[in-house]
Amino acid sequence: MDGAAMLAALRARFGSGVIETHDFRGDHTAVVTREALPRVLAHCRDEPALAFEMLTDLTAVDYSKYPGREDGPRFEVVYHLYSIAHNHRLRVKVRVDEDDAVVPTAVDLWPVADWFEREVWDMFGVRFAGHPDPRRLLMYEEFVGHPLRKDYPIDRRQPLIGPTN
Amino acid sequence: MGLGTFFTSKLDEAIGWARKYSIFQYPFVTACCGMEYMATACSHYDIDRFGAGLPRFSPRQADVLFVVGTISHKMAPVLKRVYDQMTEPKWVVAFGVCTCTGGFYDNYATVQGIDTIIPVDVYIPGCPPRPESVIDGLMKLQDRIAAQAQRY
Repeated sequence: MDGAAMLAALRARFGSGVIETHDFRGDHTAVVTREALPRVLAHCRDEPALAFEMLTDLTAVDYSKYPGREDGPRFEVVYHLYSIAHNHRLRVKVRVDEDDAVVPTAVDLWPVADWFEREVWDMFGVRFAGHPDPRRLLMYEEFVGHPLRKDYPIDRRQPLIGPTN
Repeated sequence: MGLGTFFTSKLDEAIGWARKYSIFQYPFVTACCGMEYMATACSHYDIDRFGAGLPRFSPRQADVLFVVGTISHKMAPVLKRVYDQMTEPKWVVAFGVCTCTGGFYDNYATVQGIDTIIPVDVYIPGCPPRPESVIDGLMKLQDRIAAQAQRY
C-alpha cells in the first residue's frame, strides 16, 4: 500500500483518533491521540495490508524549547514501523503533556519496545503504562532527573564516586 | 651508611630494570581506543619488545592498568574496584583523551578524566592515539618504573 493511501485509510478508520498526517518526500507520519494509540498500533501490526511486523525505533522528542511549539504538549513519542512483507514504513507520533507524561505500552505488540520504552523513560521521563519492568535503562538508579530533557543543565554531573567535575 | 646504602641503591636499579621489562598489563577496554590498543599489541608494532606482550585478564596478576576508552560515571565504581584489586607495585596508564580529560564528552554521563578517581602515571593523548604514541607512552612508563624508588 502506498503511503498516502495508508494515511487516508488510517484517517477513515480512526476518525478523530488521528489528529493530523504528514506526507513529505516519501516519509509518512500519522499523529494520533493517546487514547487511540493502542488501537492504531495494533491495527498497523495486524491488518494484512499494513503488516508492520517490526518496530524499528521508539523514541521521544522534547519540544519545550522548539520555536513555535513552546506552548504545545511538551513531549512527542515517536514510533517507526516497518513492514518486511510489504517493504513500507510508517511513523506514528503521540503528544503528551509534561504533567501527564504517560503513554500506553507497546510491549505486548512488539517485545522490542521493552528496552526502547525504558530508554525513553530514562532519558525523557515519559512513563509507559503497563510496562512490565519500568526501570532506567542507561543511567544508574541513583541518577536524578532525565538528561535529554531540554531543561536538564548541560553541566550537571551526578557521579557515583569521585568529585562532581 | 656506606656499604648498606650502596647495596640498596644498586638493588633498586636491578629491580627497576627487571620490573620495567616485565610489564603485565590489565587492559580495561571500554571504547574505540581498544582498536588502537589491539593494533599496538599485535605483531606489527609488537609491544613484546618492551616486555609488555602478555596481558593478564585478572587484575590480581597485573602490574599496569591500561584504561583504554571512555569511562562513564556508571563504569567508574567498576574501574575503582579493579584498581583496588591490583597488588603493589602498580601503575596506571590513561590511554586516549577520554581517559585523560573526558575528551569531547563534556556531558552528564562521562567521567572528566580518570585521575579524578584513581592516580595516573602516564597520559597518552590522542583520539585515538597512534600506536607510536602508545609505544612512546609505554617507554615513558618504563623510564618511570626504572627511576622510582623500588618497594619490595
